[in-house]
Amino acid sequence: MSGARNLWVVGKRELRSYFATPVAYVFLVVFLLLAGFLSQFLGQFYEGGQANLESFFSFNIWLYLFLVPAISMRLWSEERRNGTIELLMTLPITETQAVLGKYLAAWAFCGVALALTFPIWITVAYLGDPDHGTIVTGYLGSFLMSGAFLAIGSMVSACTKNQVIAFVVTATVGFVFILADFPFITGVIDAYLPEVFGQLVRSIGFMTHFSGLQRGVVELPSVVFFGSLIAAALYVNTLLVAHVKAS
Amino acid sequence: MIEIRSLVKRFGPFTAVDGVDLDVARGEVLGFLGPNGAGKTTTMRMVTGFLAPTSGRACVCGLDVGEDRIAAQRLLGYLPEGAPAWPDMTPAELLDFAAQARGMDRAARRAAVGRAVERVQLESVLHKPIENLSKGFKRRVGLAQAILHDPDVLVLDEPTDGLDPNQKFEVRRLIAEMSEGKAIVLSTHILEEVDAVCTRATVMAKGRLVADGTPADLRAKDPRHGAVRVRLVDAGRAGAARATLAELASVSAIEDEDGALICLAAGGASPADAIYATCREHGFDLSELTPLEGRLDEVFRELTGAPARGERSTVGRTTEEAVR
Repeated sequence: MSGARNLWVVGKRELRSYFATPVAYVFLVVFLLLAGFLSQFLGQFYEGGQANLESFFSFNIWLYLFLVPAISMRLWSEERRNGTIELLMTLPITETQAVLGKYLAAWAFCGVALALTFPIWITVAYLGDPDHGTIVTGYLGSFLMSGAFLAIGSMVSACTKNQVIAFVVTATVGFVFILADFPFITGVIDAYLPEVFGQLVRSIGFMTHFSGLQRGVVELPSVVFFGSLIAAALYVNTLLVAHVKAS
Repeated sequence: MIEIRSLVKRFGPFTAVDGVDLDVARGEVLGFLGPNGAGKTTTMRMVTGFLAPTSGRACVCGLDVGEDRIAAQRLLGYLPEGAPAWPDMTPAELLDFAAQARGMDRAARRAAVGRAVERVQLESVLHKPIENLSKGFKRRVGLAQAILHDPDVLVLDEPTDGLDPNQKFEVRRLIAEMSEGKAIVLSTHILEEVDAVCTRATVMAKGRLVADGTPADLRAKDPRHGAVRVRLVDAGRAGAARATLAELASVSAIEDEDGALICLAAGGASPADAIYATCREHGFDLSELTPLEGRLDEVFRELTGAPARGERSTVGRTTEEAVR
């Protein structure tokens, strides 16, 4: 009971700190502008003539690639640099509560940013007759994927006091996950290594897992993939926080 | 209230805390002295559960901090070194957050925050972002956070660092006020602080405790404790006086200092009466006869391995000669 309470206490403080500085507003404006811009001009949202949000969702992954690290980079790096990690971890709060509370706050913030793209849903509903179930699935898939990027970012941020390093490393790791199932990568692996490696690398590719969800197909393996990636990254994150404290 | 047993902390090959044993009882204010890097902060971090010990243990109110960190931290108030605080929060927000993390409901939070704010006099800056506050106010925010839940055990890492003399006085008064019914540990470089607030003082050097006692005990370790400074009206007779006084049983040795004689006590009663009587008898007219107390800074230097009084002046002279 007090565990859930502490999650809420930590998360609320975290979320409030986003809005205490311009960080939250800059992020929201940039995210919404880019989401709209990319789906209209690169994704041919209108010219495509299709009543769905595929052109919108397909660019979310690239937006997350460099916008999510901008949120996650400060999660633990800043606590370490300010020394506030000592304040936080000498209050009666466990590492797990602190990691989860901060993570959930950041994820909720991503959720807010994503939810604020609703006008594009209204537009497509006004212009045509989309499958709303597909759109809901697409949104959930996109949210889940942002959570995966974020969990990686949170974990990386616990490794360093330097936010720039946290940003760059997170974006790079995210890029690896995106590229994993691109033909030019898997082609090379298939050509030189046993088949199992190709399958392994393909199975961690964000693109494949997300493309099903954005088309409205809830594939259990994809949900499990993102879910277990989040769980694993956050578990390592708590170990890192405990280790940082110890040294 | 605090029990530390064979506490050791190593960072790689470096041993920061090397087997510390310490007990602090209710009502005690323990001053933790030592040069920078002596292991004071590391010891405090282990007591408050921020660092895990390499070996040994620290207990707070009977709870092993290593095994039962959360339960121990509930009973503990801690001001970390440098009083870290989230710069974008206001003191009101930070204190409310700390109170929530300590599981207080709304009414209890309001009461606790109000009481802490009043005690450290934060009212005027309560709603300003902490990043805009002066060093003194930041320190007081940290103090308010530490005493918020009226803990039985209070650990304060340099509580008066960066404060002006008035603020230092206030903080010391606050600590003295709270000391009844609590066990308080505070670290400091300021030796006068030990006299001002501490009932007990320990000195740490290179990871070990090298002294433990009341401030008076510590002071008595100075060779000049109980000594008497004698100055003659006619400085020319100092040599003769020196020879005479050296024969007194209550004087163990005599040192020169700026034309005055420092007669070290042989232990036991002060040699002042005997010196006075002897000087009258031999017709040495005195312009000064001052009983001396031991000085904490000398004891501190002696214990922590820095050059003490005599050695330093020798070093100074040698350098001067070398320059010539």
